[in-house]
Order: sequence, then structure tokens, then C-alpha cells
Amino acid sequence: MSQLVFIAFQDNDNARYMVEAIQEDNPEAEVQHQPAMIRIQAEKRLVINRETMEEKLGRDWDVQEMLIDVISIGGNVDEDDDHFILEWK
Amino acid sequence: MAVKNKKLNLKDKYQYLTRDMAWEPSYQKKEDIFPDEQFEGIKITDWSQWEDPFRLTMDAYWKYQAEKEKKLYAIFDAFAQNNGHQNISDARYVNALKLFLTGVSPLEHAAYQGYAKVGRQFSGAGARVACQMQAIDELRHSQTQQHAMSHYNKHFNGLHDAAYMHDRVWFLSVPKSFFDDARSAGPFEFLTAISFSFEYVLTNLLFVPFMSGAAYNGDMATVTFGFSAQSDEARHMTLGLEVIKFILEQHEDNVPIVQRWIDKWFWRGFRLLSLVSMMMDYMLPNKVMSWAEAWEVYYEQNGGALFKDLERYGIRPPKYQDVANDAKHHLSHQLWTTFYQYSQATNFHTWIPEKEEMDWMSEKYPETFDKYYRPRYEYLAKEAAAGRRFYNNTLPQLCQVCQVPTLFTEMGAPTKLSHRQLVHEGERYHFCSEACCDLFKDEPEKYVQAWLPVHQIYQGNCEGADVETVVQKYYHINIGEDNFEYVGSPDHKHWLSIKGQKPADQSKDAA
Ligand SMILES: [Fe+2]
Ligand SMILES: [Fe+2]
Ligand SMILES: [Zn+2]
Repeated sequence: MSQLVFIAFQDNDNARYMVEAIQEDNPEAEVQHQPAMIRIQAEKRLVINRETMEEKLGRDWDVQEMLIDVISIGGNVDEDDDHFILEWK
Repeated sequence: MAVKNKKLNLKDKYQYLTRDMAWEPSYQKKEDIFPDEQFEGIKITDWSQWEDPFRLTMDAYWKYQAEKEKKLYAIFDAFAQNNGHQNISDARYVNALKLFLTGVSPLEHAAYQGYAKVGRQFSGAGARVACQMQAIDELRHSQTQQHAMSHYNKHFNGLHDAAYMHDRVWFLSVPKSFFDDARSAGPFEFLTAISFSFEYVLTNLLFVPFMSGAAYNGDMATVTFGFSAQSDEARHMTLGLEVIKFILEQHEDNVPIVQRWIDKWFWRGFRLLSLVSMMMDYMLPNKVMSWAEAWEVYYEQNGGALFKDLERYGIRPPKYQDVANDAKHHLSHQLWTTFYQYSQATNFHTWIPEKEEMDWMSEKYPETFDKYYRPRYEYLAKEAAAGRRFYNNTLPQLCQVCQVPTLFTEMGAPTKLSHRQLVHEGERYHFCSEACCDLFKDEPEKYVQAWLPVHQIYQGNCEGADVETVVQKYYHINIGEDNFEYVGSPDHKHWLSIKGQKPADQSKDAA
């Protein structure tokens, strides 16, 4: 059985960079656009890397900044200074 | 060599600012300080194993919350200044907000009280900090929802006395009793009920597809408070999952207790969300996703992944999930046809879905809508056209546990009413389902005390025995303004005038 993790965030300016960064680091992830929101799901694991985000944004980015735009998640969370990971082990 | 002032990493910072602020008591016994930690039978051997995945410290918390509030209130201002209510898809939509403000926002406040309470009851510092932050979040949700909807209250009926109605109106006893059940449980059951079963497993169905639907119907204020609240929810959900894993890892004796709570609270939450099914399918004029589709994504798929993950602790999916999965094809239709009949006693309006909406439902519910539900609407529409808009004047039989009228059907038998009864200490009790009946058997002492609105009316505790008196005096529902059919209501007429159209009946008079 497939075991999907997911993250959903508000469809705003920040989200564009987040989607780009996630797609780059998780080429298998599926991006779904719904009114006012973007939902991204992937099999078992999804990672957001600070480094990739900083590259996209062209500025420093604190992993906890994502708390402002995120709407929902599914999966176990592993967060530290460099990444935010959702996974089913 | 110059030593660079090293910045603490997230883990250390969290450790210093949370755990290291706690202390071991020296002159009072721990059991006396945290007297509610043990009576539920949950065994905690080592609180230091508690993990906080978000590691949010108070300074970061205030910083991010302030930023969220600034964004949110800028949008509320813009919405009000630009008369945003005039740009919604259709005024029928506002009825979903009336249900939200009376049914959901008071639960946010109840959640605030609940978390403030359990935030005092755990001896583990990590759990206390997480609960305290969540208490503040939930207070914020209750307040921002009231602020957002205060604009609608200036222009539409039925939004004027939400907290008062929540404590009295018959269908609002469904959400109210849900949270009262949780808040009157012990601290571990409360977290299993609200943080895990409700927030992690079920609230996505309300706050994600419904809020997306609000955006699709032009309601900038609601989608913004919805998503702003939901941004806190990622933390709450994580707490919910962490709580469960923590309890299960602490002691194997905890497993059957937690399983029973998961079974109970999945079912309680599912029954509560039947109100949301109707909001999604019937109260959003522009449709995004059907209840059945939302259930498939957010419960069957995401919940499936979750319960697969929990297998290793000896936890199985909730006992009654098959009934809930089967009900996705029927739920919203059964709810709406019931509310349609009882609109004389609600603070919102109901209506017969328009032709395009019924076609949408046929498409989304190919197995059930045309066969079971469309004919009912066609009949009701014919009656209404003949001047006999149907209102049911017999008060419904309520379920002793979930307090929803016994309106559901049996799994696999959509024309057979689901009803159970049992006699407990000489009194007969009625239930909407096998599941609710089982919950009663587990805790009869609790559920015999249920405040059932219909019983209360018949016992004379609601200011009168006839519906009109109860509705007007006891519920504070303004008769002829807040209640009855949407078509021809003051809200409907007001909407037509906003849109520069005359109400149908008046143009007829003019002609
Ligand atoms: Fe909340
Ligand atoms: Fe919450
Ligand atoms: Zn029930």
C-alpha cells in the first residue's frame, strides 16, 4: 500500500519559492494546485532544505519561517536548523 | 584566535528555554502537584523521552504569531473597507458561516480552556509548554473568527448571538457535547481525543478543503482566518502524533487504553464532521471538491498512511472506520435533507439545490444521488412550488451519545434507518448507531447525564413547550429573519438588492 506524506501551504508569494525548492529536492513529489492553496504529496518522504530555499530566495531563511504559510502536514516531522522532513518510516 | 560568538542551534536553544526552565520538586510530592496524571491508568516511566519536533521557543513563537496576526488583520481591514461581502459567489454561502460561528468558533474557545487545563496537569515540561502554546493559539482562533465574521453580522442575519446559541440550540449540542465529553475526561484522553483523533486525523476536512472552498466563493476574510488558524494547526497536529507515539512507547499497558480512545474519538469526530459534509456539498455555491473526495484524500489516504505507521505499536485503524467510509456516499445528503425540514429552528437558511448543483452531485455521487436523494429534492421542490414548503413539526429523536438526530442509515442498506436502544438501570436510551451504543456501554455514568435538547424542551426547561417560543425566547433566533427557507428570506432580498436585481415576488407585483 502506498504511504503518502503531504504538506499544504497558502498559495502566496512565499509559496512559489517553497514549491520550487521542494520540486528540486524531491523530483518525485506531486504538486496539486487548489483554490488559495498548494498541496504537495510524495511517497514516504518529503524534505525542505534551508540551503535550497536560500538559493531560491536569495536571502537567509530560517526553517521555522515556514510556520507562517503552512496549512497542514501528514507524516512524522523531523526539523532542525538545516531541514524540515516529513516521513513515514 | 578570535572566537566567534556561536549561535545556539535549534535543539540546544529549545532545551535551555524549555526543559531547563523546569525543576524537580523538593518539598512537595509529584503526585500532589500533578494529581490527575495517573487515574486514567496511563503509565509514564520517563518524561524526558518526550520529543517536540517543532522545538519552538517562546520568543520565536511570539515573533511568528505577531507576523501572522499582522497579515490577517490587514486583510480583515481591506475586506471590510471594500465591502468584501458583496463579492462572494452567492449569499447562500453566508449560511455556512452562521453554522461555523455558532458551531465551530465556540469549540476553539473550548479548546483554549481544555489546553490551558491540561497544560497544568502533566509533570513533563515539554508537554506543558506545547499545551500552553496551543491554548494561546486556540484563544486566537476563537477571537479572529469572531472578528472576521463581525463584518458579515453587519449585513446578514443569524450571526448575532453565537456563544449564547451554542449553549442552547438543538443541533449545536452536537459540537458542544463533543468538546464537553473531551474536557471532562482525563488529560491523556483529552490529548488523544483532540490533539490526535480530532486535529491530526479529522480537522483537515474542515480547515483545508472547506477553506479552499471559501476562497473559491470569494470569501477573502474566512479563507484568511482559516488558513491563519491552520498554520498553527501544523504544530497542533504534530503534538497529536507525538503524544500518541510517546504514550505508546512508554508502556505496553497503555496500548489497549489508547486504542479504545482512538476508536471512541474517531467515531465522535466523524459524527461531528457530518455537519461539515453538508457545508461542503450544499453550502458552497461554487464547488471545489465533494465530501466523498475530501474523505478519500484526508481520511482514507492520509489516515491510512498514519495508521499503517502506528501498526508497529500494536494500534489498528479505528473500529468503526468501515461504517464511516461507507457513509461518505450518503452523509451530506442525509444531513441536508434533515436540516431542510427543521429550518424553522435554525439560525441559518436551507434551500433546494439548484439544477446545476444537483447535476454536480449526480456526477460526484454516481451510486447514490440519483437513486436515493434527487427524488426527495424533486418531491420537496414540488411541494414548495405548490405553496407547501415542508417543515417537520415533530421534534427528532436524538442519539444519547453524539446528539445527532437518528437520521443515518445502516451500512450497505441506505433505506434502512440506523437505530439502537438499550435499557440501563430502568431507563431506555436511544442511539444513532452501533458505535454510539457501544460508547454508551463503556461509560454509561457519563452519557446518562447528556443534556439532550429535545428532552429538555419536553421537560419544560427551555422557556416553553412550543417550537416558536423555544426558538424565539430560548434560542434568540429571530423568527422570519434568521430561520426558514432561504428563497424569499430577508438575506435573499438583501442580496438581490446588492446585485441590482429585484426579488422575484416584487417584480411580479410590479408587472
Ligand atoms: Fe483551533
Ligand atoms: Fe488546534
Ligand atoms: Zn450517535
